[in-house]
Amino acid sequence: MEVLFGTVKELVALAEAQNKPISEIMIEQEMQMTRRSREEIVAQMENNLSVMESAVEQGLQGVKSTSGLTGGDAVLIQNYIKSGKSLSGDLILDAVSKAVATNEVNAAMGMICATPTAGAAGIVPGTLFAVKDKLNPTREQMVNYLFTSGAFGFVVANNASISGAAGGCQAETGSAASMAAAAIVEMAGGTPQQSAEAFSIVMKNMLGLVCDPVAGLVEVPCVKRNAMGAAKALVGADMALAGVVSRIPTDEVIEAMHRIGQSMPSALRETAKGGLAATPTGKALEAEIFGKDKTSRDTVNS
Amino acid sequence: MKYRSVFEIIGPVMIGPSSSHTAGAARIGRVARDLFGRQPEWARIHLYGSFAETYKGHGTDVAIIGGLLDYDTFDERIKTAFEDAAALGMTFEFIPEEEEADHPNTAKIVLGDSQGEIELVGISIGGGTMEVTELNGFPLRLSGHFPALLVVHDDRSGVIANVSNAIASQGMNIAHMEVGRKEKGKMALMVIEVDQMFDETLINELKSLPNVTQVSTLAN
Repeated sequence: MEVLFGTVKELVALAEAQNKPISEIMIEQEMQMTRRSREEIVAQMENNLSVMESAVEQGLQGVKSTSGLTGGDAVLIQNYIKSGKSLSGDLILDAVSKAVATNEVNAAMGMICATPTAGAAGIVPGTLFAVKDKLNPTREQMVNYLFTSGAFGFVVANNASISGAAGGCQAETGSAASMAAAAIVEMAGGTPQQSAEAFSIVMKNMLGLVCDPVAGLVEVPCVKRNAMGAAKALVGADMALAGVVSRIPTDEVIEAMHRIGQSMPSALRETAKGGLAATPTGKALEAEIFGKDKTSRDTVNS
Repeated sequence: MKYRSVFEIIGPVMIGPSSSHTAGAARIGRVARDLFGRQPEWARIHLYGSFAETYKGHGTDVAIIGGLLDYDTFDERIKTAFEDAAALGMTFEFIPEEEEADHPNTAKIVLGDSQGEIELVGISIGGGTMEVTELNGFPLRLSGHFPALLVVHDDRSGVIANVSNAIASQGMNIAHMEVGRKEKGKMALMVIEVDQMFDETLINELKSLPNVTQVSTLAN
């Protein structure tokens, strides 16, 4: 089974040649790869959209993780927006709060949809449910937002990595924010090439981001990295829609991300041994949560 | 191509907190249980790399046990998998290993009951996608590029022909196939990657073939 596209260049060329949105190329490739009907594929994505919507709603009501490290920030940000005092803009903060809401639910072992991973699951839905209020998309356009995000993520996953253990946080929240930026552009009426430019602009600002979760939990700094990822996605999309282009082509940016990931030391790739996890407070939190013997390689019996 | 479907990128729907360390781990456990074919009575789980360092925080342990109880990635019962296992009388042990594995997220699961046991090595490659790299000492090279059928069978003449005929009769094409055995005349394993998704009809037909002892699937 041949794929329709393996690079962003091929993806954009296909969309332009056939005068179709990127989301449509992704649906066609999925039909070809899995021999499933369009209806089945779209229905599965609609289900994923509903899971994302429920997670955002749940998080906005306030949740708390078992460790107590995260939870409740989505509510704080929503209340601040309502106060009318926001400086960076209500839409950006709305996206930030909804990204945080999703990741707070994830940290509390609630149900989410990985985009492309669970640790980065807030950015795509957070931005989607924020721009929704401005662009008033149909449900179909919201589903297409996810297919467009998926098309770019597909290229990253196959040519680089979407795993923090393999490529650091740049591979997770970096990929998610760049995917979201590309999808925002399509929903706002931008061209496939502008989606690619938005992806590049955001990814270039995520390069080098390490994966250093405190106590190994997908909480600190993951939740706040989703927050900033959502903000960057919106700004990157606006820049691309304004006509700003990336000097480095998208596929080369992805290749750079891959090489940076490969040269990252293991301590900074989801082992909880470096970065913020290795700070005095990070270590103290780890000891508090797991007890001092966490690092001694104990055996757990049922 | 490591990833084939958009739903490996926008998905899976899962219980948090980590796609690689929770959802991928649950899938490794579930494949192990599928390959074993029934509820195991005991399990020993060796963890390597990032799995060994951070399994508690990510719920990797409850996820693997959840998988062994046949829970899917989005099954809320993953959270109570330890208690559920205890209620079923299943004992388990997690052993974080110092030695480096080829992949940072590697688990070796040994499980069994009074009737037998199996050993499987799985890796979680990101976004909830996993690969099986070893089964009962057979290196698998099961890439996850294609939907796959794993057929455990007795090493007898005609079994391979019967299995490939059953697949052909469904109009399906085999993309890649490998057959391995431990000892002449004993247990053998066929790993068959096909070009398209298969359905229950084919799996039931394969299970009914003589000398086929277990059929498992990887629908990546």
